[in-house]
Amino acid sequence: MKVTKSRSKSAGSKSGKRSKGAAITAHQASRKLTNKVSGTSSVRVLVGTRKGAFILEADGKRAKWDVRGPFFAGWEIYHMKGSPADPNRIYASQTSGWFGQIMQRSSDGGKTWETPGGEKMPKPGEFPVGKSNLFAYDTSDATGKPLTTHQFYDGTQHPWEFKRVWHLEPSLTDPDTAYAGIEDAAIFRTTNGGQTWQELAGLRGHTTGPKWQPGAGGMCLHTILIDPSNPARIFVAISAAGAFRTDDGGLTWKPINQGLRSQYIPDPTAEVGHCVHRIALNKSRPDTLFMQKHWDVMRSDNGGDSWREVSGNLPTDFGFCIDVHAHEPETVYVVPIKSDGEHFPMEGKLRVYRTRTGGDEWEPLTKGLPQRDCYVNVLRDAMAVDQLDSCGIYFGTTGGQVYCSANSGDTWAPIVHDLPAVLSVEVQTLQ
Amino acid sequence: MIRVILPQHLRTLARVEGEVQLDIEGPVTQRSVLDALEARYPVLCGTMRDHVTFKRRPFIRFFACQEDWSHESQDSPLPDAIAAGAEPFMVIGAIAGG
Repeated sequence: MKVTKSRSKSAGSKSGKRSKGAAITAHQASRKLTNKVSGTSSVRVLVGTRKGAFILEADGKRAKWDVRGPFFAGWEIYHMKGSPADPNRIYASQTSGWFGQIMQRSSDGGKTWETPGGEKMPKPGEFPVGKSNLFAYDTSDATGKPLTTHQFYDGTQHPWEFKRVWHLEPSLTDPDTAYAGIEDAAIFRTTNGGQTWQELAGLRGHTTGPKWQPGAGGMCLHTILIDPSNPARIFVAISAAGAFRTDDGGLTWKPINQGLRSQYIPDPTAEVGHCVHRIALNKSRPDTLFMQKHWDVMRSDNGGDSWREVSGNLPTDFGFCIDVHAHEPETVYVVPIKSDGEHFPMEGKLRVYRTRTGGDEWEPLTKGLPQRDCYVNVLRDAMAVDQLDSCGIYFGTTGGQVYCSANSGDTWAPIVHDLPAVLSVEVQTLQ
Repeated sequence: MIRVILPQHLRTLARVEGEVQLDIEGPVTQRSVLDALEARYPVLCGTMRDHVTFKRRPFIRFFACQEDWSHESQDSPLPDAIAAGAEPFMVIGAIAGG
């Protein structure tokens, strides 16, 4: 049965203590990320949940797991991600409706954590230095004005207001540099290990800014992809504005939504306004992008300049997460969700779908996954792949399970059953 | 000496147990208490009030001597019992949800 698409909207070193890994070149980072990893190796899975963070570790067999946590117990951890240049450096977004945003950083692989710049008492007369959680929009004449408002749910203009950090993307080459995607949608960058963050205001300053509007999950910038072959080229995605690309390191941006068709907006092929849920790429082929849109799974082979639908035989092409196999650029994974009104798998069966042809032809992967009475969701940042020779696929559910397949999706096993609702999953492949 | 009671999440964040004790020179107001608190524990910056505008976060309340001071001027003198340390200044996360 294929679900009928509805028309409703979306749910949604300068850091004082330099970490061990010195900056490396983009080329080295690319090789490090794309090469298969075998031999003595291990994986570290970073799990953000509604009530804290967890770290799951195993050797290369990925059969026996050590579970650490909860870290930051009671707080929402929207995302954690390790630096490709120094795996011991991990950034985490800790957030709360009561107390706001906290940024956490580890320099020892998640054993200990610090709030960058907030760990030391100031000297008498000094102003507190705890500004790692200050995300101030750039409203200068040159960049921000008059883009101080965006479209609200009711079509009126609404001020941009910082709410939380959704996604963290460390630089490929420098452990102290990272990007943050925030709600209300904007991209920020730190170059001092998270002590301070500055907006790359060219994105929000794009002339389409006032037309952006929030999905049901908020107006969040949730995807940041750095091109391993050219770190000045960065892709981002926003719900519900669409996908954007910079080719000059974040100074200027352009919408890359040609070919997207969204029945739920007044102009289905508009330049912006599409509810993109997630974009993924294989690091060896950065011109090829795969997108899980609100409805539709899409593909681009020209860096997002144009897209075509590859939903093919999926039972429903609504969903949130999408990822690409580490070594097979045409092998892609999605978790179909019934609809935008019913955020759970069809027929109570949790099924990952895999294509090995770059889309259109999909096969269900079910071995080891619950095939009855399962009504969880898999959120947009909750799927990841490792770099091991036999590529591991991971995803977490709103029911608190984190599943791993050590054989590219053929069979699955839960690493943990009963965590709080999982918001994000990332994996580090360690040697 | 001013006594301050923080909600559990902020105590964890600041890595303190029990009450916080602060020395404040000059008038004891909500602003001077929060200034001193953030100076002692920079990690608390932004968690109770906005970094820039100093506006109280929506789900944060301030109590002194069993009275809600959340909507009072930040520069109004707090009760003598707070200034004398006889009663604690309380930062409370608003009760919401189950």
